Amino acid sequence: MQKIKYIVSLVLIFFSISSFSQNYPKPTGNAVSDFTGSFLSRNETNALESKLRQFERETSSAIVIAVVESLDGYDKASYAFGLAEEWGIGQGEKNNGILILVKPKYQNSKGEVFIATGYGLEGAVPDAITKRIVENEIIPYFKQGMYYKGLDEATSRIMELTRGEYTAEEYRQATSGSAGSSIPIIILFLIVIIFSIIGRARRARHYAVGHNVPFWIALGMMSSGRSHGGSFGNFSSGGGSFGGGGGFGGFGGGSFGGGGAGGSW
Amino acid sequence: MKKSWVTIIVIAVIALFFYSSIKGNYNKMVAMDEGVKSQWAQVENVYQRRADLIPNLVNTVKGYAEHEKETLTEVVEARAKATSTTIDPTNLNAENIQAFQQAQSGLSSALSKLMVVVERYPDLKANQNFLELQAQLEGTENRITVERQKFNNSAQAFNTFIKQFPKNIYANMFGFEEKAYFKAQENASEAPKVEF
Repeated sequence: MQKIKYIVSLVLIFFSISSFSQNYPKPTGNAVSDFTGSFLSRNETNALESKLRQFERETSSAIVIAVVESLDGYDKASYAFGLAEEWGIGQGEKNNGILILVKPKYQNSKGEVFIATGYGLEGAVPDAITKRIVENEIIPYFKQGMYYKGLDEATSRIMELTRGEYTAEEYRQATSGSAGSSIPIIILFLIVIIFSIIGRARRARHYAVGHNVPFWIALGMMSSGRSHGGSFGNFSSGGGSFGGGGGFGGFGGGSFGGGGAGGSW
Repeated sequence: MKKSWVTIIVIAVIALFFYSSIKGNYNKMVAMDEGVKSQWAQVENVYQRRADLIPNLVNTVKGYAEHEKETLTEVVEARAKATSTTIDPTNLNAENIQAFQQAQSGLSSALSKLMVVVERYPDLKANQNFLELQAQLEGTENRITVERQKFNNSAQAFNTFIKQFPKNIYANMFGFEEKAYFKAQENASEAPKVEF
């Protein structure tokens, strides 16, 4: 056991050396992270934040905006993919994350922007489209200093494109308390229970006849032999990654393969 | 009588210990080996994606840049060479990867030459179809970078795993070999030479 732990930790250390060699900022847990502190105003950040959170709740696709002070000498594409992969934007099994990386324009350096698409959204948002969004939606506004407007337009376009791609089971669960959607689930539940009781009773009767055991005892034997939990367990585990309804659940270990495009201003 | 029982039990315990140690490590090696192979498939995938873009690109450029036949032919030839070089994923040694990389880098340099040449044709650069192809090509180059990096990471994890004691002995026993890495091209930082 000790040895396995040792091996695992060695492997983990190696993984971390290879993937953390670049010092990316730590994720803030929000959809919008302005590390410069001045690119967007507080109100603008909040507006984008709630827009992106709402979208994540409805579709489970995560759009994240990161504004960084510098790219540490990397080109914008590799910085964007490294950051997106490290933060794990999008759900792990769907890889439905999108990162909009912005490096503001300073006196001595150009402004850079890059949209990176996760594996699962490369079909819905092809590279040529991200290029168009950057060039038609983002750069013209950024050039005029209208940073919020550019990001707002770009996220709206991306939302239109990705809305149909994934649906959020979480969303339905979160709202099922009031909506009518809970009734079919309860009915389904009851049907499953009834059928399993009928099936078990039938087998118990068989058993009871064959083995000369009273029917009720046979039924008890049958049910103790099988595990109850299995069929119901799935219901409780479905809600998973979404924390309490208030937070942004878009950091689910999504992976990026190099899709997307960028531009400078 | 009693003594021989003790010996049998001791041997059995030792055998069990070795068995479980080998079994766990062997299975882990198999899993990691498969991981490296599937990552290799991903690398070939993105290179294939680039190759698939080229006919369309060449046709688009041809319509605008009549005088660049030579450059275009070079791209087409390099593409043919690159797509014909595939390697066996069960044998990812340095020599094979080197050969693969060389064939692909021929295409890379032919393509970057073409991209410099098209700068001379403003009509082409304004063509919507060309702009989209250009965006796709850039995206594909990014994908190649990312997948190569991921391949190197998984190969490194595998190599590290099989080189440690006592797994190096097991790896040797079962014939697991070290995987080679993608190396940065020596001339990668040089811009292609273009004479005007």
